[in-house]
Amino acid sequence: MNFKNLKFNLSNKNKDLIPQILTVVFLILIVIYFTINAQSNMGNRGISFGFGFLSQESSFDITFSLIDYDGSHTYARAFLVGLLNTILVSAIGIFFATILGVTIGIARLSQNYLVAKSAEWYVEIFRNIPLILQIFFWYFAALRALPLTVDSINFYDISFLNVKGWYVPKFVWTNFSIFIYSIIFAFILIYFLAKYAQKQRDKFGKQIPTLYISILLIIGLPFLTFLIGGVSLTFEIPELTQLSKTVYVYRGGVSIIPELISLALALSMYTATFIAENVRAGILGVSKGQKEAAASIGLTKGQILKLVVMPQALRIIIPPTTNQYLNLTKNSSLAAAIAYPDIVLVFAGTALMQTGRAIEIISITMLTYLSLSLSISVFMNWYNKKMAIKEK
Amino acid sequence: MNLSMLKSDTKNLNSFIAAGSALIFIGFIDIILSSFFSTNITAFLPNKISYLTPLLFGLFGLYLIRIEFSGNKLLDKVNTNFNSSNFNALLTLLVIFALIKYVPPLLNWFVFDANFAGNTKEDCTSGGACWVFVKVWLNRFVYGLYPDTEQWRINTAFLTLFLLVGASFFVPQKFKKYIIIFLLFVYPIIGLKLISGGDFGLKYVETGAWGGLSLTFIVSAFALILCFPIGTILALGRRSKLPAIRYTSIGFIELWRGVPLITVLFMSAVMFPMFLPDGTYVDKLIRVLIAITLFEAAYMAEVVRGGLQALPKGQYEAAKSLGMGYWKMHFLIILPQALKLVIPGIANTFLALVKDTPLIFVVGLLELAGMVNLAKTNPKWLGMAMEGYVFAGLVFWVICYVMSRYSQNLEKKLKTER
Repeated sequence: MNFKNLKFNLSNKNKDLIPQILTVVFLILIVIYFTINAQSNMGNRGISFGFGFLSQESSFDITFSLIDYDGSHTYARAFLVGLLNTILVSAIGIFFATILGVTIGIARLSQNYLVAKSAEWYVEIFRNIPLILQIFFWYFAALRALPLTVDSINFYDISFLNVKGWYVPKFVWTNFSIFIYSIIFAFILIYFLAKYAQKQRDKFGKQIPTLYISILLIIGLPFLTFLIGGVSLTFEIPELTQLSKTVYVYRGGVSIIPELISLALALSMYTATFIAENVRAGILGVSKGQKEAAASIGLTKGQILKLVVMPQALRIIIPPTTNQYLNLTKNSSLAAAIAYPDIVLVFAGTALMQTGRAIEIISITMLTYLSLSLSISVFMNWYNKKMAIKEK
Repeated sequence: MNLSMLKSDTKNLNSFIAAGSALIFIGFIDIILSSFFSTNITAFLPNKISYLTPLLFGLFGLYLIRIEFSGNKLLDKVNTNFNSSNFNALLTLLVIFALIKYVPPLLNWFVFDANFAGNTKEDCTSGGACWVFVKVWLNRFVYGLYPDTEQWRINTAFLTLFLLVGASFFVPQKFKKYIIIFLLFVYPIIGLKLISGGDFGLKYVETGAWGGLSLTFIVSAFALILCFPIGTILALGRRSKLPAIRYTSIGFIELWRGVPLITVLFMSAVMFPMFLPDGTYVDKLIRVLIAITLFEAAYMAEVVRGGLQALPKGQYEAAKSLGMGYWKMHFLIILPQALKLVIPGIANTFLALVKDTPLIFVVGLLELAGMVNLAKTNPKWLGMAMEGYVFAGLVFWVICYVMSRYSQNLEKKLKTER
């Protein structure tokens, strides 16, 4: 037995163990120190740690809510209202940021000098101005310059824009669920169609026009429900009503508050610059040889884009873009600056002020964002693994 | 009508160029007349067609002059860059027309109709921007509520900083090290003491009075200096073989990266004091600095980790085979190379940090954007929001643009072939 070697291993293990133990002890000490302080502080203020306050009546109003809410509801419901508002503005922002970002990313690669330069300047300008300033700009400067309710900007008599917000027609559905089921059913059919088409192609070399059939299905099936399923859709158009001699409001329809407009505008315009850069990098990242090889085996221009360039470009584009979506969602917390009732303003702002439960409320808010981020990164890791080039 | 008859070729080149240019010229005349002199030369046409005439003229003109290999160098250049297809021609025209229509009014608001002279809102009589507002408030925008008589202290602090940084470029390599060490470890304390005062006969100025652009610089500079070493250590920790250290680093990094900065600042404002012994008071600015530093350090850690991962394994093995220990290996071999690889990422983190500083308004500290918010609510200056935000945006834009350009240059300069 080689004792010398054994001794070496032991001492090496000790060397590894000491810093680890020190780290753990240090962490535990900090946690204990904080806990003791927090307990004594809360004791001084006469509150005890706990989440019971969530079921208490909140007794504050929220200006904009997707679900039924007023002061008689609980803090838990106020939290839900805030969360839904955060999700709403993030979803709108992500939708427009993607469209704008992809357009600008492609425009930057345009052969047209003017288009490429304009896109470049768009990116340079909007990327280098703090998002919060852009939000302030839209909310306090640009949207405040809109006309008053009486002289609203009129879009074909169905939609109105004024300083109080944007009024759009409301969709009034009957038998909405049947409509939704038909869409889900259409998606299931498309899934099986795609499988079947791939089988036919792999086995017999037959091409089935999947795209056209899919479009037909996704439009046709829901349309059919209008004819035979008893589904109908009417629009409730906002109408100008006079409350008193000088006070006018729009009744009916859906009103989109200026806070939401300016936040969504700023978020999507800012994030679009980053998405544009990702798209550009992704398309540039596909080597020229790939396109030339595809062309040399006789693929058409459309086929090259669809079958060769896009699958490879998307592999580069999607991970950082998901990161940008995550950033957008986190940035939507800047809503607090212009009083859009998102989770930070409603919960970490108003609710905290009323209850004084700093530790519980901040923890819940942070955990909410954290679980959102972690679920997206878990998805990203899964996606990366799936899309990684499988080398032989 | 058969369009192919109208397809130009090299035979009747000159007539096509003449006809095409004439049409484009008419299109431009039309748009210029309608946007500057509000006369519509095609008013006899129906409203919607008249609106589109410049576009139609231009498109047809560009179609006529689209001649491949015409032999005319200028024409070929125009065709490849602006006029390669109908779609491209349409885009070119749209961009040019949009510029003609919207840039002059913008310039008018910005410069030609703007007001520069005077001291009150009433001096702003013409329709353009009221830069008087910015002029009057400039002192506040730069120094916040810092007392006027003490502002020389901020000036001195920043001037010394610039001189030191400037000197570090020119002194010989031997002294460079000392200047950098002085800048990183000694100067921040001296600078902060100079600005806050309290000793050496300097009047104490509480941090609540700090503000404006100088606070933007102070916060970003401190967070910038501090987040770098912390981030590097976290990155090393995340790649450590020791599980306790690795998981602590991962947890720390992911915690900060998973939450928005605004909640971190909220935490530093309302939750952090709960964790300290009763009666201890940590200054608002210090709390904010800690929060921003930890937050940005997590992002920095991920950037540095990217560099560490990108480095070939051979570098680690070579360093080990020379008998270097962990720290020596990392500081002499690995980090210098890894950091060079991730300069763009580091620059982006710094940029994000500068752009994040306005968020400190949530704890009541007002840097540039916050001061604009304060100024525009002043009853004497209502309605000046646009000017304020445009000014603040311009200042931030210049800072960020210069920084990003500098990092691109640095990247090029330090690039070494492998």
